[in-house]
Amino acid sequence: MVKDPVIEFSGFSFTYIAQKYPTIRDLDLVIHRGEKVLVVGPSGSGKSTLGRCLNGLIPFSYEGELSGDLRVAGTAVKDSSVFELSKTVGTVMQDSDAQFVALSVAEDIAFALENDRVPQEPMKRRVAEVARIVGVDGLLGQSPQELSGGQKQRTSLAGILVDDVDILLFDEPLANLDPRTGKYAIELIDEIHRGRRLDAGTRAGDEVPRTTIIIEHRIEDVLHRPVDRIILLDDGQVVADLPPHEMIASGHLTAHGLREPLYVSALRHAGVEIGAAMRPAYLSTLDIASGRDALLTWYESVPDPPEPSIGEDVLDVRGLDFSYYPGRPVLSDVNLSIRAGEMISVVGTNGAGKSTLAKLICRFEDHDAATIYFRGEDAVDLSITDRASFVGFIMQNPNQMITQTGIYDEIASGLRLRKVPEADVEARVDRVLAVCGLERFKKWPISALSYGQKKRVTIASILVLDPKVIILDEPTAGQDHRHYTEIMRFLKSVNDLGVTVIMITHDMHLMLEYTRRSIVLDGGRIVADTDSSAVLTSPELVEKASLKETSLFHLAGLVGIANPKSLVDRFIRYEEERRR
Amino acid sequence: MKLFNYSYEDTVIHRLSGLTKLLGFMMLTGVVMYTYDIRIFAFILAFSFTILRIAHIPLRSLRLIFIYVGVFLLLNFVLSFLFDPNFGPKTYGSTTVILPIAGRYVLTREQLFYQVSKLFKYASVIPLGIIFLFTTDPSEFASSLNAIFVPYKVTYAVALALRHFPDVQSEYTAISKAQQARGLDISRKTSFWHRFRNAVATMVPLIFSSLDRIEVITNAMHLRGFSKHRSRTWYSRRSLKGRDAAALGICLAIVAGAAGIAVFVNGGRFYNPFV
Repeated sequence: MVKDPVIEFSGFSFTYIAQKYPTIRDLDLVIHRGEKVLVVGPSGSGKSTLGRCLNGLIPFSYEGELSGDLRVAGTAVKDSSVFELSKTVGTVMQDSDAQFVALSVAEDIAFALENDRVPQEPMKRRVAEVARIVGVDGLLGQSPQELSGGQKQRTSLAGILVDDVDILLFDEPLANLDPRTGKYAIELIDEIHRGRRLDAGTRAGDEVPRTTIIIEHRIEDVLHRPVDRIILLDDGQVVADLPPHEMIASGHLTAHGLREPLYVSALRHAGVEIGAAMRPAYLSTLDIASGRDALLTWYESVPDPPEPSIGEDVLDVRGLDFSYYPGRPVLSDVNLSIRAGEMISVVGTNGAGKSTLAKLICRFEDHDAATIYFRGEDAVDLSITDRASFVGFIMQNPNQMITQTGIYDEIASGLRLRKVPEADVEARVDRVLAVCGLERFKKWPISALSYGQKKRVTIASILVLDPKVIILDEPTAGQDHRHYTEIMRFLKSVNDLGVTVIMITHDMHLMLEYTRRSIVLDGGRIVADTDSSAVLTSPELVEKASLKETSLFHLAGLVGIANPKSLVDRFIRYEEERRR
Repeated sequence: MKLFNYSYEDTVIHRLSGLTKLLGFMMLTGVVMYTYDIRIFAFILAFSFTILRIAHIPLRSLRLIFIYVGVFLLLNFVLSFLFDPNFGPKTYGSTTVILPIAGRYVLTREQLFYQVSKLFKYASVIPLGIIFLFTTDPSEFASSLNAIFVPYKVTYAVALALRHFPDVQSEYTAISKAQQARGLDISRKTSFWHRFRNAVATMVPLIFSSLDRIEVITNAMHLRGFSKHRSRTWYSRRSLKGRDAAALGICLAIVAGAAGIAVFVNGGRFYNPFV
């Protein structure tokens, strides 16, 4: 195949107008027609900015200083516009919910055609055609908000494909999806990449796949399907540009704060030298022969983790029922007891009732029937404010919780509203600031903080009320490995102080690495309440909770370890000890 | 209860084009605005309640709106009297005292008739608006506004606002609950001023998260060519059909009837039973 460059960066730099230093510096990169490329990098590496340069949002929506050269399909971006580029580069954005502009699936798909003044007749034909290709033809009349995560992805992809673009750009396509839906999304992207072009009929013989660029930091999940190259960005530059096997073997990913596939980490822990020849990028191609013995020896050498010590019951829920409309229960007969000092994941597919459960415990909603005990005391009649003194709820988006402009005032707010004397307020806020590592920000405005620091402030503003339990909704959603680690280590330190931590999550790493116990909800009922490692090695539970098996489960199968759960447990224990 | 609650039902009213409904709404409100005849208001009120039935809009779902409107009308009724108790007599050119209250505050039949007519005037516009909002798909609404020469960027902004209203509403609830958990009291136990300040505190996070949302939506729209041309086509625009002509005909007939009554019977805007 002749290599036909379709995207060429040469000596390209970009500086946002409000910033002093360039986000992309002197970048050289060529992507060829038909390639499927994965662009990875830690937060702030410039990977999203790279995407914005390709689709023209830079400089159309984000002003700044451009230098050097960028050509897309032969045209210099400087001489083009966001509208012209949108005919060549189709962008599927991270938050598919927000990018729906229309009330029905059909209209949303039609949006680009409407803007192009396509008459209604051909427009309807085209929409029907694209809907069939991505498999949403049965959903045309529905509201995009009512779709499942996977259907939403298909719809937003259809909205891009109506233009029959040459280049597809996916900006963190997995960020808002649960693991199972993410897996389907990667399969769909691969299918669209490899063919099924809109004009297949008129372009018979055109076998060149569609150029596809995926910007994502969840590398193992993207590698569920093959890619041609992995490009590692850091600090606005290309650090490495290698075929996948070479990239995984090189160790560059972990060196730049990214997470490599878990089975690769396990092999490294076992002392196996990873080379490109082992074809380590995908489980399906991995040649384990040379590493099998080392892995087995290592597996035997790591002891099983000790049984955790069990504390007193801190939160007890019995016979909880709830429905918004009679006859359509959201939760039915939920029973759970949580012990002091535990750290727990609550998992399940969207709509299984995870968030509702948390809201009911905190009385954000009123249950139909239940008994709730806080440390053995009946809590059913406590008001929302009184329950919050015992169980704190932390929303996913810190911006939804922050009401004050200064950090001190924000954290003090809950105490002041509870009429705590100002002298005590200062002492308690100071203590929490110290716990949360925020002392030096005491007098700062909140606007000066990063996302992760804001998250910390919202947790601090709950901790100051001295709750025994905190519940967090998706604490690590959308965070890269470094920020994930930062948030989770912080939560672990809070947990070490004796606060029980419950997390609603889709993050399998979080489940495995930080919470020994997981509660699985399905259709409003608890279907499992067991070790996280047991959940992630059980195909049945994985299916019910919209998760996927950890790759360690498959690795165990490859080398013949009969008890995959124990491989997972030992792997986690080993990593925990290394972190100490 | 959500305020702008479009949901599709298969009724004649839903099937009418958004343009027809907009024009009909404008014509009938025009009649109500221009004339001052309680008989016409009563007719339009009865007419619009019939349409509500035909459109399968259950009155139960409108309870909240009716309560708001009722409170507003009552307030208006009292204030009208307080501001100008003699407007009725001045308008109708006669004074029939029912009950002198104090000083210039004298209750007259003319004033009572004027104010009751006014009550009917306002009350008859409300169901018309409800029918329009509840049976028109927001995008079709945008396309109908565009059809009467409102720039499409403006109409799309209106449609987007309507569409995101329920999301913003549920986000507000979530934020408000989180603040209540921290101790914010928005119940009736505290003073009005206090509650007002607390409500403002809840708005801050809502505004910031809405701004984020706006940035994402704007980018998504530009990436798909929004605002590229001076005009655009509409997937959901319905071409005008026979039933649209019929509906417009009915509205026109009402307009003509009302105009006839105004010109030939009342000899002006006001219906004056006191001569």
